[in-house]
Amino acid sequence: MSRIGVFICHCGENISATVDCEKVAKTLASMPGVAHSVDYKYMCSDPGQSLIRSAIKEKKLTGVVVAACSPRMHEPTFRKACAEARLNPFLCEMANLREHCSWVHAKGDATTDKAIDLVSMLVEKVKRNKPLFPIKVPVTKTALVIGGGIAGIQAALDIANAGQKVVLVEREPSIGGHMSQLSETFPTLDCSQCILTPRMVEVAQNPNITLYTYAEVESLSGFIGNFTARIRKKAKSVDEKLCTGCGECATACPIKKIPSEFNTGLGMRGAIYVPFPQAVPNKPVIDRSRCTYFKSGKCKFCASKCPAQAIRFDQQDEIIEIPIGSVVVTTGFNIKETSFFPEYGYGKYKDVVTGLQFERLLSASGPTLGEVKRPSDGTVPKKIVFVACTGSRDPAKGIEYCSKICCMYTAKHAMLYKHKVHDGDAYVFYMDIRAAGKGYDEFFRRAIEEDHVNYIRGRISRIYERNGKLIVRGADTLLGAQQVEIEADMVVLATAAVANDGAESLAQKLHVSYDAHHFFAEAHPKLRPVETNTAGIFLAGACQSPKDIPETVSQASAAASKVIGLFSNAELTREPIIAVVNRTAPPLFSTCVGCFMCQSACPYHAIEQEEIKTREGKLIKMVAKVNPGLCQGCGTCVAFCRSKSIDLQGYSNEQVYAEVMELLS
Amino acid sequence: MENNFEPKIVAFVCNWCTYAGADLTGTSRIKYATNVRIIRFPCTGRIDYNLLLKAFAQGADGVIVSGCHPNDCHYTSGNFHARRRWIVFKQMMEYMGIDMRRVKFSWVSAAEGAKWADIVNTTVNEIRELGPSQEYLEMSRQGVA
Repeated sequence: MSRIGVFICHCGENISATVDCEKVAKTLASMPGVAHSVDYKYMCSDPGQSLIRSAIKEKKLTGVVVAACSPRMHEPTFRKACAEARLNPFLCEMANLREHCSWVHAKGDATTDKAIDLVSMLVEKVKRNKPLFPIKVPVTKTALVIGGGIAGIQAALDIANAGQKVVLVEREPSIGGHMSQLSETFPTLDCSQCILTPRMVEVAQNPNITLYTYAEVESLSGFIGNFTARIRKKAKSVDEKLCTGCGECATACPIKKIPSEFNTGLGMRGAIYVPFPQAVPNKPVIDRSRCTYFKSGKCKFCASKCPAQAIRFDQQDEIIEIPIGSVVVTTGFNIKETSFFPEYGYGKYKDVVTGLQFERLLSASGPTLGEVKRPSDGTVPKKIVFVACTGSRDPAKGIEYCSKICCMYTAKHAMLYKHKVHDGDAYVFYMDIRAAGKGYDEFFRRAIEEDHVNYIRGRISRIYERNGKLIVRGADTLLGAQQVEIEADMVVLATAAVANDGAESLAQKLHVSYDAHHFFAEAHPKLRPVETNTAGIFLAGACQSPKDIPETVSQASAAASKVIGLFSNAELTREPIIAVVNRTAPPLFSTCVGCFMCQSACPYHAIEQEEIKTREGKLIKMVAKVNPGLCQGCGTCVAFCRSKSIDLQGYSNEQVYAEVMELLS
Repeated sequence: MENNFEPKIVAFVCNWCTYAGADLTGTSRIKYATNVRIIRFPCTGRIDYNLLLKAFAQGADGVIVSGCHPNDCHYTSGNFHARRRWIVFKQMMEYMGIDMRRVKFSWVSAAEGAKWADIVNTTVNEIRELGPSQEYLEMSRQGVA
C-alpha cells in the first residue's frame, strides 16, 4: 500500500490568495493511499524542506507530492530534499498550483477544485513511480563557442585559461564582432579597438583555442558532455599556412567598389579582402559571389601578385566533425536598417545614418579616419540630430522591447561629435533616458551639462529634404507637445537592436528555444540566465537580448564558469528519464515483436536490435533495445509501439493513464 | 442545465514549449477559464492518442494537445510524429462521428503565454456551446468504441 505525503505550499500569498490551501490539504488527507497531508507558507524554505524530510522519516512515506510552483522551477529542490531523507528523488512529483492555477484564476471554489484535481492527479501518478537511478556518462572536455564577438572571445579565453580545450567558430573572416566596429565605448570613452584587439590576439595565440573563422555550424547532435558538432569551413580560396598576410592580393584586385561590411557600407573593399587592418586572423578571403574569376573564369590578378603562391581557386568547403562536451552560443545581434523606417527617409537620404554607421564615422580606423563627415558630400555637419528609440519600444513596428544600449551610445555619439566639431549643434530626441548602470547617469548628464547637447523629449514624425537640408519634424512633449522643426545636416537613427541573421535556424540546429523576436531563451530569467533549456548549451551576450559590453562580458564569464564547472567532473550524471524495453525473466523474453517502428521514430538512433536466444544458442527472435547513453527520453517510441513493449521511465503508460483516470473520476 | 455546464477538459502538453508557455501565462498573470487540467509529457511525440480516447471514455468533454512549433521540438522531431498521428486520428474521430471541435491541436511555444490563455478560453467557450460530450460514451455503451 502506498504511503504518499502531500505538501501544499502557500508561496507566501501567491497561491493562498486564490486557492484555499487548507481545504486542499484536508481533502487530500482523505484520499486513499495518502498518509500525510499538510499546508505550509513557504515549502521551498529550509523549514519547509525539513517538514518534508521529517515527514518522510516519521510517516515512512513511499512517495511525495509537493504542490507549489512550476516543476520547472523547484523540482530539483524538492527531489534533493527527498534524497536527503533517503527517499529516491524520482518518487517526488510536483503539482503546479502557482503558474497553472492560482496566478491564472480568480479566487473561488472552481480554482480550489482545480487545485485539488491537480494534486490528486499527481498523487495517483506518484503511487506508480518507481525508484530510478541516475545514469553516468563520460564528458568530452572540449567546448564549442559559436560566434567570435566580445562575448565569444571572453568565454573562449576564460575556458581556455582554465586549462580546457575550446573550438571557436566565427562566420565572418575575422573575429571581433560588433565591438571591433565601435569607436569609443561608454561610460569611460576608451577606444574600443584598444581594449579589444589585444584580446583577439590572445585568442589566436592561446594553445587551448582552435579558431575557425569563415566557418559555420552545420549541425549539432548528441547530448550534454557528448555532442558532435559538424562545422562547415567555407572555402577561403587562400592557403592559410602559406599566406603571410602581406596584402599584395587585395591591392591587386581590380574590383574595388564592394561596400565593406565592416564599414557598414560607408567604405569599399575588393573581392579578395581582409575585413579590417586589425583582423584576426589577418589573412584574406575571396568573396566568390563578387570575384571576377569565379564569375567569368578570367582575372587571377591576385594569384599573379601573391609572393607566397597562396591563392587556391580550387579550394572546396570542408566539413569537419568535432566531439564537443558543451556549447556556448554568443552569436550577437544586429541593428535594423534605416530602410525599415520609411518615415525617416526610406534609407534614401545618404545623410540619415544608423548608430553603427556613425560609429564608423567616429572611428579612427573608419572610412573618414575619425573625422565626422557627411556620407553624401564629405562636408562637416554643423547641425546634427540624434533620434533615440528608432523602432524600439514601438509596438507599431513590432518591436515592443527596449534596445537598452541606445540611450547611452546616443549620449556618447553626441559628446564625441561635440568634441570633434566644436562649433556644431547636437540635438537628441528621446522618449525616456534609461541610464541605469555604474557611471551611466553621470555620463549622460555630462553630455548635457558639459558638452551642451540639446535634449528634446519627444518623438520624430518625419524627416524630409528641403534645399539640401534634412528637415526633422518632431514634438517637444515637455513644452506641451509643441512642434519642433530642425534643419539638420545629418541625422543619426539609434535603430533597434534585433536578433542576428540566422538566429532562428541556428536555434533549430541546436534545439534551444527562442523568443518571439528570435532572441535565444534562457532557462530561467533570473536564476538560470546563461543556461538554455537544453543541458550543456549556454548563452552569452546580445544573442539573448540587447546588452552593452560590460553586461555581455560578465555573462560570457558566467557561461564560461558553467562550462568549466561541467568539465571539472570526469563523468556526468544524467536523469534516468529514458525509454526501456520490457524484459520478463526468466527466460529473458520480451513482448516486443521486433517490428522496429521505434527505431525509425527515434531521433537519436538510440534503439538497437538485440538477439534473444535459447540456452542452446538458437535464435528465438530479434527485439528492440534502448541504448541508455543515447536516449534523451522524448518517448516518441512509446507512442509508436504496437505491442506496448517499450515504456518511458517517469512517464510510463501506467502513470499517465492513472493521471487521466483520476482527473475524470 | 446548459447554462451551468462547466466542461471538463484535459490538456496533453509537452514539457519544453507549451508547459513552459502555460508557466509564462502564469508569470504574466493572464487570466483564463478554470476548466482545463494540464498533464505534462516530455514531448508531444510521447502522447499516445489512445490516451485521448481514454479521456473521452472517462467523460471528458474536450481535449487539447499542444507542443512546440514545427522545427522547434526539443527532441528534433517528436512534434512531427505527433502531427502525423494527429492527421490519422482526426479522420478516425470524424468517421466515428465525434465533433472535432472537442479536440484541439495547437503549437504554443515557451514565449506564447497569451496564446495559451487564448486557446484555453476559445476551447472552453466552444465546448460550453456544444454541451456535454455524449457521442463517445454512447458508442462505448453500444460496444462500438
